[in-house]
Amino acid sequence: MAALLEVRGLVKNFPVRTDLLGRVKSFVSAVDGVDFDLHQGETLGVVGESGCGKSTTARLLLHLIEPTAGTIRFEGRTVGTAELPWKAFRRQVQMVFQDSYASLNPRLTVAESIAFGPMVHGLSRREAEARANALLDRVGLEPNLMAGRFTHELSGGQRQRVNIARALALHPRVLVLDEAVSALDKSVEAQVLNLLLDLKEEFRLTYLFISHDLEVVRFMATRVLVMYLGRVAELGPTEALYTGSRHPYTTALLGSMLSMDPDRRTDAAPISGDPPNPIDPPAGCRFHTRCASAEPACAGRVPVLTALGGGHAVACHMSEPGSGHSRATGRAA
Amino acid sequence: MSASPAGALVRSPGYWVAVLRRFARDPVAIGAAAVVLGLILMAVFAPWLAPQDPLQGMTLKRLRPPGTEGHLLGTDELGRDMLSRLIHGARISLFMGIVPVFTALLAGAAIGIVAGYAGGWTNSLLMRTMDVFFAFPSVLLAVALAGALGPGILNSIIALTLVFVPPIARVAESVTTGVRSRDYVEAAKASGAGALTIIRKHVLGNVLGPIFVYAMSLIAVCMILASGLSFLGLGVKPPMPDWGLMLNTLRTAIYTQPLLCALPGVMIFITSISFNIMTDGLRSAMDIKA
Repeated sequence: MAALLEVRGLVKNFPVRTDLLGRVKSFVSAVDGVDFDLHQGETLGVVGESGCGKSTTARLLLHLIEPTAGTIRFEGRTVGTAELPWKAFRRQVQMVFQDSYASLNPRLTVAESIAFGPMVHGLSRREAEARANALLDRVGLEPNLMAGRFTHELSGGQRQRVNIARALALHPRVLVLDEAVSALDKSVEAQVLNLLLDLKEEFRLTYLFISHDLEVVRFMATRVLVMYLGRVAELGPTEALYTGSRHPYTTALLGSMLSMDPDRRTDAAPISGDPPNPIDPPAGCRFHTRCASAEPACAGRVPVLTALGGGHAVACHMSEPGSGHSRATGRAA
Repeated sequence: MSASPAGALVRSPGYWVAVLRRFARDPVAIGAAAVVLGLILMAVFAPWLAPQDPLQGMTLKRLRPPGTEGHLLGTDELGRDMLSRLIHGARISLFMGIVPVFTALLAGAAIGIVAGYAGGWTNSLLMRTMDVFFAFPSVLLAVALAGALGPGILNSIIALTLVFVPPIARVAESVTTGVRSRDYVEAAKASGAGALTIIRKHVLGNVLGPIFVYAMSLIAVCMILASGLSFLGLGVKPPMPDWGLMLNTLRTAIYTQPLLCALPGVMIFITSISFNIMTDGLRSAMDIKA
């Protein structure tokens, strides 16, 4: 199946210090060579610790920040070129932000916020407002009660519903959900997640679902991408990854999940310490400083994302044949 | 879309209605606003309010103290009625206080919003240019500019405008920089809107309030500076009644008629403190937490 969205070699370095002439002296390597595909109709979950580059990847995808390197192809057309200009691409890909309050303009009414995008793309005010009302109704907010309200008069759950309606207003194909439910109460979160599942069905959407909540990702995602310090650590179908993780980082991350089953207590020691400083990331595998299985080979060379079959791939020297690690496997299992 | 069971559309009162309601609940601010309104009305209706001609002097009745028969607040050094001159003086004094600030508001806000929204290189260029003006104390800058341009009302307005553009631009820039990184601006960018559309629809509404309040607080400063320019002979020219100029011409009588000399200063004081209190009230009324 051809990918709807192909991301190749995405890199973003944020300058930290520049000299007098504005030349970058040191930078934060926020995203370093991320590749992934997004297939029509799937939900790709992106997980990882704070600062691993999840949100930066999302913002790069929508070109809210300028990538240092990398290409994005949508339906085989390279985005940002004459083939597919950014404005046309943005109709197809929209984003829901984590902070439902900060992502709505406090001076605009709910309907004005939702109608803004369609009006930018040439709809008349009347048409855009009709679309806004229809979408409000669809996300479970009574238009007559809500359309004329301001952000501060809504609850967190209502605001996030408005944000979802705003993101849907351009009839996009892909929705990037950047921690979209993380700030909500558990009960509201469940409602919004179910709403997202319904909307996905109805509008034939594809989701890029970014979250630090592994349970939520397991519930939502068809495939999961694990990021560590700006790189892809592991990628695979949700169940295969949750039950048979191959990267020590994924295993540690999953081990930190609380279990509902007393027979499956969380006994694996969670990884300790903070991620290394991304201004000066470790050489080779970026995880080797915290990895229980690290060997000298790990610090020497960057592990390659190796396919394990079944769509499962991992960037670890232990799964890479001939990597020099004592536990390196033969051909993929 | 399903037919809605509820009746008419509920539209919440806007932000500015909420601000006005909060402002109205602050008695001190309302009092100050009433004084400001009174001063403005006094300036507008000066010819009808003033008991006598502010330019017509009587050499026989010079420097009479307040309470003199026929001259409620006495007469000045040329025997002109003080009350009439103070009433007429409100016209030029308020004009000189408000007009430069508003022209500076237009220019400063434009520069600051562009610099704040564009960021990077554009920001550095615009704001470092503004910083050059900060190297001089504002009084000195106003005097130097007015001196270079020559005396006269128009030149003082130009000088005062130039003095107030940098501080307003700086405030506008910092507020805009704060708004620019908000998620709703990002969301607007993500919807494919251009910079001008985003500034018009998402930035202006959120930055003009604070910038306007700051500019209001400068009106009092501007009036005092304008009075200073008139006092130095760089602004309004005699015999036009202006509070600053009146302070200047009456200063020689300070030992014989101290109360009389203080009157224009009292007017400047009342005006500036009223503007300041009103601005403070407006500022706290605008500080609405969700």
